[in-house]
Amino acid sequence: MQRVGVFICWCGTNISSTVNIDEVVAAVKNMPGVVYSKDYQYMCSEVGQNLVKDAIKEHNLTRVVVAACSPRMHESTFRKAAKAAGLNPYLLEIANIREHCSWVHKDKKAATQKAISLTKAAVAKAILNQPLIPGEVGVEQRALVIGGGIAGIQTALDIADAGYEVDLVEKTPSIGGKMAQLDKTFPTLDCSACILTPKMVDASMHDKINIYSYSEVEEVNGFVGNFEVVIKQKARSIDMEKCTGCGICLAKCPAKTALSEFEEGLSKRAAIYTPFPQAVPNVPVIDRETCTKFRTGKCGVCAKVCPTGAIDYEQKDERLNQKYGAIIVTTGYDLINLDSFGEYQYADHPDVITGLEFERLVNAAGPTAGKLVRPSDKKKPKKVVFIQCVGSRDKSERGKSYCSKICCMYTAKHAMLLRDKYPDCEAYVFYIDVRTAGKGFEEFQRRAVENYGVNYIKGMVGKIFPTGDKLKVNGVDALSGEVLEIDADMVVLASATQAKPGASDVGRMLSISTDRDNFFTEAHPKLRPVETHCAGIYLAGACQGPKDIPETVAQASAAAAKAIGILSKSKLVNNPCVSQVDESVCSGCLACTKMCPYEAITEKMVEQKVHGKIRRRRVAEVNAALCQGCGGCTVTCRPGAIDLKGFSNKQILAEVDAICQ
Amino acid sequence: MVSREKITPDMAKKEVVRICEISDENIVDCMQCGKCTAGCPAVHGMDILPHQVIRLLQLGQIDQLLQSEAIWSCAACFTCASRCPRAVDISKIMEALRLTLVRVKGNNRLDIEKVPKLLDKNIPQQAIVSGFRKYVK
Amino acid sequence: MNYSYYPGCTLKTKAQNLEKFALHSAQALGVNLVEQEEWQCCGAVYPLSTDEIATKLASVRSLAAARDKGESLVTLCAACHQLMKRVNHDMQTKEDMREKVNNYLQLDDNYQGESKVIHYLELLRDEIGFETLAQKVKVPLKGRKVAAYYGCLLLRPKEIMNFDDPERPTVLEDFLESLGASAIHYPYKTECCGGYLSVDKEEVVEQMVDNIIRSALEQGAEEIVTACPLCKYNLENSRLCSKGEISISYFTELLAEALDVKEA
Repeated sequence: MQRVGVFICWCGTNISSTVNIDEVVAAVKNMPGVVYSKDYQYMCSEVGQNLVKDAIKEHNLTRVVVAACSPRMHESTFRKAAKAAGLNPYLLEIANIREHCSWVHKDKKAATQKAISLTKAAVAKAILNQPLIPGEVGVEQRALVIGGGIAGIQTALDIADAGYEVDLVEKTPSIGGKMAQLDKTFPTLDCSACILTPKMVDASMHDKINIYSYSEVEEVNGFVGNFEVVIKQKARSIDMEKCTGCGICLAKCPAKTALSEFEEGLSKRAAIYTPFPQAVPNVPVIDRETCTKFRTGKCGVCAKVCPTGAIDYEQKDERLNQKYGAIIVTTGYDLINLDSFGEYQYADHPDVITGLEFERLVNAAGPTAGKLVRPSDKKKPKKVVFIQCVGSRDKSERGKSYCSKICCMYTAKHAMLLRDKYPDCEAYVFYIDVRTAGKGFEEFQRRAVENYGVNYIKGMVGKIFPTGDKLKVNGVDALSGEVLEIDADMVVLASATQAKPGASDVGRMLSISTDRDNFFTEAHPKLRPVETHCAGIYLAGACQGPKDIPETVAQASAAAAKAIGILSKSKLVNNPCVSQVDESVCSGCLACTKMCPYEAITEKMVEQKVHGKIRRRRVAEVNAALCQGCGGCTVTCRPGAIDLKGFSNKQILAEVDAICQ
Repeated sequence: MVSREKITPDMAKKEVVRICEISDENIVDCMQCGKCTAGCPAVHGMDILPHQVIRLLQLGQIDQLLQSEAIWSCAACFTCASRCPRAVDISKIMEALRLTLVRVKGNNRLDIEKVPKLLDKNIPQQAIVSGFRKYVK
Repeated sequence: MNYSYYPGCTLKTKAQNLEKFALHSAQALGVNLVEQEEWQCCGAVYPLSTDEIATKLASVRSLAAARDKGESLVTLCAACHQLMKRVNHDMQTKEDMREKVNNYLQLDDNYQGESKVIHYLELLRDEIGFETLAQKVKVPLKGRKVAAYYGCLLLRPKEIMNFDDPERPTVLEDFLESLGASAIHYPYKTECCGGYLSVDKEEVVEQMVDNIIRSALEQGAEEIVTACPLCKYNLENSRLCSKGEISISYFTELLAEALDVKEA
């Protein structure tokens, strides 16, 4: 017979104001097996924990039930207390009478009844609890960072500086991401390349960092500490060992028809190209779609001019298998497509541009060498209209319901850069609200208004009518109720940010979840902001939600610290609450293998004696290291051969029985 | 002239709820960006601008709206509705406001007796039928 | 191929040209438009309130009649098209209205929005195809600088009308190009002409049509085509049009001209 102790927490008034504690104490006292019960104001306090520890010793308790808050909060606290008192921690059970009871009910009588039922269920289960001992697995001391923007670079540097190997996988030919495209950065207006390129160089020179550019993660298996990953290195058509980055091929390539991705389509690039001068690695790729050699078989100019013979038209995609202890996802963001916002004429008029295009237009290394001119006629603009919230805070079918967060600040930056370059050029900003939460941000935006004479107008633009060589912008000042018509020379749209189109595929590959906007979901919005629900996989940067550079970098370092926490351990403790198969009952149907989301169940052949003959039979087998204890297999199993340790079918039924009594 | 309205959003709660019901639109979704006004092709005929119509509804100031020319200047072209970032169809709210008036007996916008005089020889039937549907009950 | 055809009242009176040229052209294109029997006026404006059902019944009758014949319902007037399409959408999506309408109409088969409603332009674009149309052109409209005026009713609301991009439609331009004409692009092609406001607020309409015509003229248009009788009326009443600076016609007139069936 087990000796059960029950401890009931008031949680101040959180529980006690809705649940009559005395009645709960009285009710459980008479349950078979219960030899001790005690209530206390804050069971999680040191005093409370000591009550548990002391009672275990004094009353020789063999099972403990704590009726308190959610096990997500303090299960580990009480398990530690039980362990300290010499009890296997898995012999302790939590009854959640706060989140599942007092917080969600008003009627004290009914809530008290429910608290009693929940506590009785926990007692019934605890009696059937078995001592469990967690296993250990080794840790691969190497991290994988997916995405080579500022988030990925920072994460990789931090992990590498802590002494661990890092593989940084980047889809495009160079690391650098969106930040490499920016001209200046708010709120200090320092040059983006000046602060980013040193980090890019650091990453490429670091002996612990391996950059796989022009590569993609293709497959991820395994679990925390032991991820098995396949990386596809796309055929670059260049021998990276031989290439010196001299750039002769880029200059001589006759196929200069493709729009430069880095220049946001504002200029053309050759079929063989490095995205930008400071690219890392400084090795070009051949875009096989536009390359004459690949399209027609004729040309081959680059191979002829290459002084080191680095051009390799025969190169094939290669696949690399690697093991990692932790994975950090830093895949970044995109801007939305503006095709459905026809009223802004973005697709139909060259002088209507996005904010990112503006960055390239004012950048000294950009398509106009930093001369800010209208794309249509290369003339200097006299009036520029900026429109914020193009697709942001837009819950219609064509927009995104969230605030893109960075636009208020970069629009203020753009308007100031414009007024700085051309003091005689007028700048108008249409906004719904100006949001400048952040250190030095409000002051920055006010400078645009107060020192730079930027005209801020609360209101939106209805439509842009290209008229003659002007863009007639029909807007409204919603505060004064004036409808406005501005003859602009250029319009800059702050288009909404969005998750990368492939984010949900990456999510599926990694078994991490995405929200309704396809941003990756953190494990807890406040307390676990860089972790995912999948142990060992972390998030940083705009792939988790719209974010500016300071926040991205902070999150990147946080994710690195979390990853280092895993990598620095030689062994990881397993969750012992995993499934196990009773082979004598298993029918070998393998329905469980199909339902298991973690691919933790495989088939195995066993030999069995039936009527004196040895027969080989197929059964299911659980890999305890992969099993996450979700319990899906236990309900899928038709013969009932699978049990989840700590949550066996018997235990669950005992709980149900206790509640129904 | 300075006038100060005491804000009592409840003062016309019933009427506001009815207008929301007739139009099947949610006025609290509006965040006063003014996109409707900025794009309204009939805005020169609006004494109260489209975004202000919603604001006044949010404040329960129904009387001002019912006395306005704005609700009669709306041509139901759906430009506002098709661009609204909050997916509020103002054309439906305008219709509900018009109906609030013309559904009361003797409140027709158009004097039927005078209709023949308004017509020229080219006016399509479509215009007359629309006029009757919009201005008369 | 047979289609049920809903003309609407204006096409039988003030907008006879819109219909006449459409029917001649359809014949030349091998399309059989069969006018529905005993059709009723659709009501000209779609009732925007949720609590009006009686004013939508005429449309349901036509929709159900087309369903019974197993034919798509073709419309020509933009106003009728908007009504048919939106009422059909209501019947597909609003259970409450569907129930009330069917209870009232007592049709042999309850109507649930089964019919497909297509505008004559959609017929040309999607069923015949502008490439085929171009091949059938006998008198190409070479050198004609035509601005297409869309108005509102065919385009908005986009989710229901599903006609074209409401901000940058191309169907009329593609149509004009297939006839050999030069389509003039101008930003006011989707701006409202004022519609029924001409009954009550002429002064508001005046500026609206003025904006449209000026924009078309600026881009070099010599004539404007439209699919809506009320648009045509409002545009023709404008100052610029009265002065003879530009002419307005139905798109079907140009179609008949190009197919050489105008005088048929």
